[in-house]
Amino acid sequence: MKKIVFYTNQFFGQIGGEDKAYTEPQFHEGAVGNAKAFDGKLDDAEIIATFICGDNYYVENMDAVKNFIKGQLKDIEFDFFIAGPAFNAGRFGIACGDVCKFIKEEYNVQAITGLYEENPAVEMYKKDIYILRVGKSAAGMRKAVDIMAEFTNKLQRGEKLGSPTEEQYYASGKRINVFKEKNGAERAVEMLLKRLNNEKYETELEISVYEKVEPAPPLKDLKSAKIALCTSGGIVPLGNPDHIPAATAKIYGMYDISQKDRLSEGEFESVHAGYDPVYANKDPNRVAPLDLLRKLSDEEVIGEVYPYLITTTGNSTSVADATRMGKEIAEKLSEDGVDGVILTST
Amino acid sequence: MNLELRRIQIRDVVFDDVNKIENNVLYLIKSSLIELIKEDKKIKEVDFDIAKPGQSVRILPVKDVIEPRAKLNGEIFPGIFKEHMEESGSGITYVLSGCAVVTTGPIVGFQEGLIDMEGPGAEYSIFSKLINIVMDITKENYVDHHEHEETVRIAGIKLAKFIGEIGLSCEAYEAETYEWKSIGEKYAEYPSLPKVVYVYNCMSQGLLHDTYFYGRDSKYIVPSLVTPLEVMDGAIVSGNCVSPGSKTTTYHHLNNAVVKELLNKHGKELNFMGIILNPLMITLKEKYRNCMMSLKYAKMLGAEGAIISQEGFGNPTTDLMVTCQYLEKAGIKTVIITNEDAGIDGMSESLPDSVTEAKAIVSTGNSNATIMLPKVDKIIGRLPEIAKTTGGNVESIQDDGRLLVEIHGIMGSHNLQGNTYLSAMTI
Repeated sequence: MKKIVFYTNQFFGQIGGEDKAYTEPQFHEGAVGNAKAFDGKLDDAEIIATFICGDNYYVENMDAVKNFIKGQLKDIEFDFFIAGPAFNAGRFGIACGDVCKFIKEEYNVQAITGLYEENPAVEMYKKDIYILRVGKSAAGMRKAVDIMAEFTNKLQRGEKLGSPTEEQYYASGKRINVFKEKNGAERAVEMLLKRLNNEKYETELEISVYEKVEPAPPLKDLKSAKIALCTSGGIVPLGNPDHIPAATAKIYGMYDISQKDRLSEGEFESVHAGYDPVYANKDPNRVAPLDLLRKLSDEEVIGEVYPYLITTTGNSTSVADATRMGKEIAEKLSEDGVDGVILTST
Repeated sequence: MNLELRRIQIRDVVFDDVNKIENNVLYLIKSSLIELIKEDKKIKEVDFDIAKPGQSVRILPVKDVIEPRAKLNGEIFPGIFKEHMEESGSGITYVLSGCAVVTTGPIVGFQEGLIDMEGPGAEYSIFSKLINIVMDITKENYVDHHEHEETVRIAGIKLAKFIGEIGLSCEAYEAETYEWKSIGEKYAEYPSLPKVVYVYNCMSQGLLHDTYFYGRDSKYIVPSLVTPLEVMDGAIVSGNCVSPGSKTTTYHHLNNAVVKELLNKHGKELNFMGIILNPLMITLKEKYRNCMMSLKYAKMLGAEGAIISQEGFGNPTTDLMVTCQYLEKAGIKTVIITNEDAGIDGMSESLPDSVTEAKAIVSTGNSNATIMLPKVDKIIGRLPEIAKTTGGNVESIQDDGRLLVEIHGIMGSHNLQGNTYLSAMTI
């Protein structure tokens, strides 16, 4: 028999309404309040304990509530955690999301809840936990309990889950690889025929629309500007001391170029797998034009050159990693008083 | 235009003292292969091995995979070996199915990958299911990068042709016949079926990012109309392009999955009007020109629908998206095939460029996802090269001999002509 721990609020825990929203967390053995609605619906599992907490108390004392829960669970072994459902209730939704996330991370067990699609907690926690798609209000309790109990049974059986739509949970946004029965070309022709016959079809990847990066306004005074050289073309010191990968880089390197007039063959090289590196290796300035920057500095067109070359390989790098690295580099350069950046791509 | 493919199913390959096919077993004289390949003086050493499905064998770094083919009274891979050439795609072509020539040896570039013959890695590659005749080539010291690539590429094609020719005297084949008619005839033949074109993107960007069309670098062509039958006869040869998972090998070109499926449905559910071979160039100007020309050809062929297959990722995503946008805006319904780079955790945006018109996408999987490959009994090639290849890094080789790689590192894992069952979904 699997053991399940339950979380609910003052209302569904039958303590009271809004006037009891500051109720401190309580621990009860067995199923209490709406936890009882799961009776007879869970296969080979029972709810062994119920936590009840006022909604205001939870959201204003999140750490204290979690500490209380941790203390109570110290000597209790359990296999699964259910919170809610919280329908469209904002504070209760956040409490359910937060407690499930905590339980999942702390005890390495699955923790689920059920929320209405407009509940703000869906966006906040869907990346971390399974949130089942339930109705707007408590009128949908019976249906919500059925969905959550069925999902619990499925996870407990270790069954392979279908798509989020099939299983009625909010997609976390995570892309996972799956093998299909037909190859990609067969699926493409099938999808095209559906489109040509005006039938319903489903794309396998929803396209993202990206934030447009506005070009920065021109520098007012180039003559006193400190300019940094930055490249996603993978130009690194020979031997690639930081082991920047040829593709899918998650790191960037900073290399001292303060004593160099140019990047010389045999001293720097390209480790980028996305273009023919032969010409970049012959003359690394073709990708990271330090030679020209020095010339501009000597001619006093620009003030000075930032002493480090910043490099990564922009090749199969995920948008998320690229954005993170970009932010980190920008922060570093701002701290160091850099006014402008020459960013070269390949 | 008519082409007959005579398919000989190869169920085993063995080294022996005669070159022949008997009872579906391919016999090869190793010394004759060495002699053939060493005709090229740029090759210092060459060795051969055979890797079979189910064996605890890992091949890396793999440059190209080629299916042995030969033409009766004609030349397979036209334009590769001679200045003079004849248009391919008619007559009789022999195919040795179930086996392939695989080229390996010291690494030319970062784009070379691995093939596992058993275990979890084998599920990701069509090449794990073939009997692979592996050719390990070491070049002479004076040979530079570009010559190295060319040498290995030509050697692979030459060997595939040589082995294919062993099949010419074999009578145990199954014949498939293909017919390709003129545009006008097609219009008249299936007036009620939707007219579909295939935009066949191919990398054209320099060392290890090139494609060869009738033996000429595709950087120097504008988008061109080709027939499916030419493709089957080796008019398009891989320049060992792009990263392993998204590389279109010569094997993929010869067995183009989109061409195969469009021919399957031709005359039944759609009217396959033609193929537009679109080189993916490096400058934006050339990209726009080629996308424009691809649209022009699609319109000339009367397309109502189009499939675009992809090669590579990053800047080629722009070609893919712009072509899709142009076609959709012209009222041509379009489906694109692409892989995704959604990050190791699958939480990132999947593609580096997008247009809102790309509303019908077939995904061949997240190439950043990692896989732990078990230790194998035998390595053909050079294991340490994994540190330098796409999908691998210096930490790939584990202390216990296992290998942690992104699926990008596995040959053909997310082939962008859709010759893979891999896909991705959102959870």
